[in-house]
Amino acid sequence: MTNKFLPLVLGAALGATATAASATTLEDIKGKGFIQCGVSQGLPGFSNPDAQGNWTGLDVDLCRAMASAVFGDAEAVKFTPLSAKERFTALQSGEVDVLSRNTTWTMSRDTQLGLNFAGVNYYDGQGFMVRKDLGVTSALELSGASVCTNTGTTTELNVADYFRANNMPYEIVAFEKADEVVAAYDAGRCDVYTTDASGLYAQRLKLTNPGDHMVLPEIISKEPLGPVVRQGDDEWFNIAKWTLNAMINAEELGVTSANVDEMKGSDNPSIKRLLGVDGAFGEGIGLSNDWAYNIIKNVGNYEESFNANVGPDTPLGISRGVNALWSDGGFLYAAPVR
Amino acid sequence: MAVMEQDSAQAPARASLVNDPKVRGLFYQVLLIGTLIFFGYFIVSNTIANLERQNIASGWGFLDISAGFGTSQALVDYTESSSYGRAIFVGFLNTLFVAVVGIFFATIIGFIVGIARLSNNWVVRQISYWYVELVRNVPLLLQIFFWYFAVLRAVPDKRDKWSFGFENFHLNITGLYGPKPVWEPGSAFIGYALIIAIAATFFIAKWAKKRQDATGQQFPIFRTALGLIICLPVITYLMTGMPMYLEHPNFVEEGPILRRGFELGVGARLIPEFLALTAALAIYTAAFIAEIVRAGIQAVNHGQTEAAHALGLRNSPTLRLVIIPQAMRVIIPPLTSQYLNLTKNSSLAVAIAYPDLVSMGGTVLNQTGQAIEIIAIWMAVYLSLSLITSAFMNWYNQRMALVER
Repeated sequence: MTNKFLPLVLGAALGATATAASATTLEDIKGKGFIQCGVSQGLPGFSNPDAQGNWTGLDVDLCRAMASAVFGDAEAVKFTPLSAKERFTALQSGEVDVLSRNTTWTMSRDTQLGLNFAGVNYYDGQGFMVRKDLGVTSALELSGASVCTNTGTTTELNVADYFRANNMPYEIVAFEKADEVVAAYDAGRCDVYTTDASGLYAQRLKLTNPGDHMVLPEIISKEPLGPVVRQGDDEWFNIAKWTLNAMINAEELGVTSANVDEMKGSDNPSIKRLLGVDGAFGEGIGLSNDWAYNIIKNVGNYEESFNANVGPDTPLGISRGVNALWSDGGFLYAAPVR
Repeated sequence: MAVMEQDSAQAPARASLVNDPKVRGLFYQVLLIGTLIFFGYFIVSNTIANLERQNIASGWGFLDISAGFGTSQALVDYTESSSYGRAIFVGFLNTLFVAVVGIFFATIIGFIVGIARLSNNWVVRQISYWYVELVRNVPLLLQIFFWYFAVLRAVPDKRDKWSFGFENFHLNITGLYGPKPVWEPGSAFIGYALIIAIAATFFIAKWAKKRQDATGQQFPIFRTALGLIICLPVITYLMTGMPMYLEHPNFVEEGPILRRGFELGVGARLIPEFLALTAALAIYTAAFIAEIVRAGIQAVNHGQTEAAHALGLRNSPTLRLVIIPQAMRVIIPPLTSQYLNLTKNSSLAVAIAYPDLVSMGGTVLNQTGQAIEIIAIWMAVYLSLSLITSAFMNWYNQRMALVER
């Protein structure tokens, strides 16, 4: 028994060492046939399962776009719902290939966790939601409030900084899951619910009487949200980065999922390069040259994704604001495909 | 017999080392331990290598960095500028607090319900029976949510209150408020008086037992102890000029709406998360303890009661001196594992925002990303808490075990 066991252990050890110096993420993904994407546990508009159990949302679309770029199939993706606390460990350990979970890009996360942020797909900021009947109109009147939020987020730190900077006493009540935060706020345990402003609009829909609550005008932090990949695999990092860039460039060039086939015949050299008619840009990131065509065909450009998930015609009703293209006065500015 | 003896006597001389069962046994054991050590070494070195390769920060330096987040309950001084290490320590104390209070109430409720299960009264017996069956068959997490969310909605909101206990205690959605003793210089003597009273009680009890063993005379030890432990500190309190007063919670009814309600940091307060968690843990564990107590009492043969009665003992000393000491032998070992369960179950606190070790540690984990270190701390703390509890219960079990003569 034992002399059978030893080679087994040694074999396992060698095997593990081999994985440690492993194949690239892209090869692994092509091998298994799908992308494992880390998303939230349910944030309407960003990543939320619909009535049929299909994941939808702005963050989900990004994963579907990456699957389209790699496989030409928006369904070649599996989703792992992660709490704020679990998300980085899940990505570090390889449980997910990409984390697209309304995650704020900060320096410590980018530099100390062995992760890379591949861009920003939503410019957000932290806000406060209160009951209208409190009569509060500004965050500076929140002195003495009890504040409900999620544990393990930048939110907790921003609240501490804001209340301390303004010399206001407060009490923090931090829950593991967003659903419990909503329930506790709804029950009146807290006067204030704080998270990213987009999250406030999304979570407000879950309250008993959404109309009784308002989001205060102050935005107390910068929260650039974006997809995250593991550090040290530049090929996969490039795919994540350029998937996002392709969606933004497509909007800028007016290419949509509806007209992408016609656009292939366009004379505009930028569109030709984006859709793989000219040049071999797909090869540069280890993919086929119609990678961006597949993204736009299957998922659409950034505007389509935004309007379908969080835009003015959705229950969230968020306007483009700073998330408009740079040419429309917003922050969205993608490097050109050239 | 003779043949066998001859065999075994001759065997070692003839056999090579390979066939010697002793040597073979030793060889395999060394091999197994060696493999385990190698395996452990491999895991650790591989982890360190992988962390370095992926540029993930590691080490214990993060414990000194300023945490930057707040908490709703800290038993020691803690602010946002305290260190991560301090934050984890605050979480540890909160875990300890909820475990100790939970164990205290679980034991009381458990013993009462367990004895009630054997009551002659049909109603009492049925109530305790249904209590046990209902409570222990519903998952604990659901019970925690029930106590938290159901009770939260039942009590008055932040700017209102229920008062009881001669207006000394108040309850609303932000917690249970009561007077807080504030100690002034000189109050240490009250503490000394309490220690002296406890020590004196201990020695008097020893003396009383010795005298009873020698002469059969009994001494009213319970009343004496009560008198000593209450009177001595009270006398000291009066003699040192009353260096302690009660700070009552301050209920504000005017001013900015968010400042109304109880003022933060004045008076004593138990947060609703703590109340809900303690209630859920105590009530849940009590159901199991009740069954252990019932089983323990039933394990004592009824003949023991009859024998005690035949010796002229009345009901109360029969229970105290004959039944319970024998029942305790059966009760203590499973009781220990219930205490351990309660302590470990307290980590469900994270679901309702009670800042326990897992919740505070989890926040630190998320801010620093040092998962391995934090998880090592979690495991070490729960392991030590459990080992300390079992060591204490084993010691107590030895004391309670019947001495055979």
